[in-house]
Amino acid sequence: MTAANDPTFMLEASALRPRRGLRTARSAAMTGLMLLAVLAIALPLLAILWSLVSKGAATAFADFPAFFTSEIPVVSRRAGPGMGPAILGTLMVTLGATLIAVPLGLLGAIYLNEYGKQSRFARTVRFMTVVMTGVPSVVTGLFIYLVWTLNFGYSAFGGALALACLMLPIVIGSAEQMLRLVPEHLREAAYALGATKSRVVLTVALPAALPGIVSGSLLAVARAAGETAPLLFAVGAASAFNPSFFSGANTALSLQIFGNATSSFAAAQDRAWGAALTLVMLAFGLTLIARFVTSRLTAIR
Amino acid sequence: MRSVSLAAGRSKADGTFRWLATGAAALVLVVLGLIAATMTEKALPVLAKMGSDFFGTTRWSAPDEVFGALPFIWGTLFTAAMALLVAVPVSLGVALFVTQVAPPWLRRPLVMLVDLLAVVPSVVFGLWGLLVLSDGFELGRSFLTAGIILGIMIIPIITSLAREVIETTPVGDKEAAYALGATRWEMIRAAVLPHSAGGLVGAVMLGLGRAMGETIAAALVIGSALGQITPDPMASGNSLPAVIANEWGEAGELHKSALVGLAVTLFLMTIAVNWIATTIVQRSRRRAEGAR
Repeated sequence: MTAANDPTFMLEASALRPRRGLRTARSAAMTGLMLLAVLAIALPLLAILWSLVSKGAATAFADFPAFFTSEIPVVSRRAGPGMGPAILGTLMVTLGATLIAVPLGLLGAIYLNEYGKQSRFARTVRFMTVVMTGVPSVVTGLFIYLVWTLNFGYSAFGGALALACLMLPIVIGSAEQMLRLVPEHLREAAYALGATKSRVVLTVALPAALPGIVSGSLLAVARAAGETAPLLFAVGAASAFNPSFFSGANTALSLQIFGNATSSFAAAQDRAWGAALTLVMLAFGLTLIARFVTSRLTAIR
Repeated sequence: MRSVSLAAGRSKADGTFRWLATGAAALVLVVLGLIAATMTEKALPVLAKMGSDFFGTTRWSAPDEVFGALPFIWGTLFTAAMALLVAVPVSLGVALFVTQVAPPWLRRPLVMLVDLLAVVPSVVFGLWGLLVLSDGFELGRSFLTAGIILGIMIIPIITSLAREVIETTPVGDKEAAYALGATRWEMIRAAVLPHSAGGLVGAVMLGLGRAMGETIAAALVIGSALGQITPDPMASGNSLPAVIANEWGEAGELHKSALVGLAVTLFLMTIAVNWIATTIVQRSRRRAEGAR
């Protein structure tokens, strides 16, 4: 009744019917724009993948597996393979970072969701975790340079530390979210059987949240594997294999791409594309495994 | 009976575990504090030499030991602003399409597409931007090329946060709009957008923080010109993270101190943006949970 007395409503109501076609047209146009936005993100992704395959595949798969196993030419204008040391470096640095960041991140998430909950300290940590996710990678790289590399020299371990700083807040964030989804009655059932808190967390809450935690961690690993800036200051430069984790300069795929991209020699640019293709295959592979693990583990449950 | 005996024996282990978990959580605060402390200490020499001119002069010359951060601050803000111009409409469009338009079977592949874009390493964006976009399309190494690349790179984070926020719109609000005869777009404007406005602003600001801190891609395509403060998007320039990455290798002691000074500046800028963004996002999330 009040609506009928409201002049604006009457105006709207009378204006609605004749403009019906216009309104549906506008709605359709906006839907079209949204579809355009979807195409707009697919386009660069496809363009990048196309460049990677068309420019990188020839280099990466020429007399396979030479590119993946040979050392990097010291003279960068020389044509030919290899990215072997960089692949080894990327794997070592990423694995090291995972071994540091995932256990710590899991423990941190367990504190936030199982112990701290809404306490002041937990709320502060939760907030700072999100803030830390946004710390630029170049800053964490410089930080590790100042506290580690200046004292102990270049090594794969330094790179792993820098990547771990980036991964830690991501792992905490995703793991806490997954733990929060575990129904409270599961925990209560375990308490009712007399289990202690740590036992409830480790044998009930954690296994229930595992698929999500694994896939969240794998996504963090995939992202870390591609990072360059944190490695720039801590890993140094090398063109030969260095299997030592704790000592000596090393290299990584991302560092090789960065170094070779600005080179004016075609051979170096080719190697950059080959390395980029390898790195993207690695990162996409990890992402797809993360998806698979999630769907698989969820299906079993 | 077995569990009773377990409980008795585990009380000490229980305390240790709690202590470990608390320590891991505290690590976040420790690392952030250490980052601020060690970097500020390393930046002191250049601040002692330059004084407030570090933020006042536009000249940056390592041989003359004159270090002014202003052009790089400009480059950072300018490219980040262009990145938002590219990313915000696209991200909002994708987020709305996925949540309001796409049929259920299409949602997962679309989310996957965004996730894959998020996983493309920044150096690969840089390589592509340098050898395809700037050389191939003759955009040159410029603020514009950097802005476009950064824009593409922050689309995934804005999209996924926006999606999360939009999904909290109460179904009742949407159905009410439809019941009044609204078209889909009118429903989005009347129910979805007002409900998500706060969270969307937060999502955009988190994207802004990422664009400001993005290093390697910017370092490759921005052109590394010194001392440029110009609103011309086609000009070559530099941004805080780019200049750090590009000059670190051949820097002497004071030069390194100056680069760390830039890093501290960048750290403070991104922390400020993220702080505000996180506050907005958390507030809107709490409100959304209350509305449900």
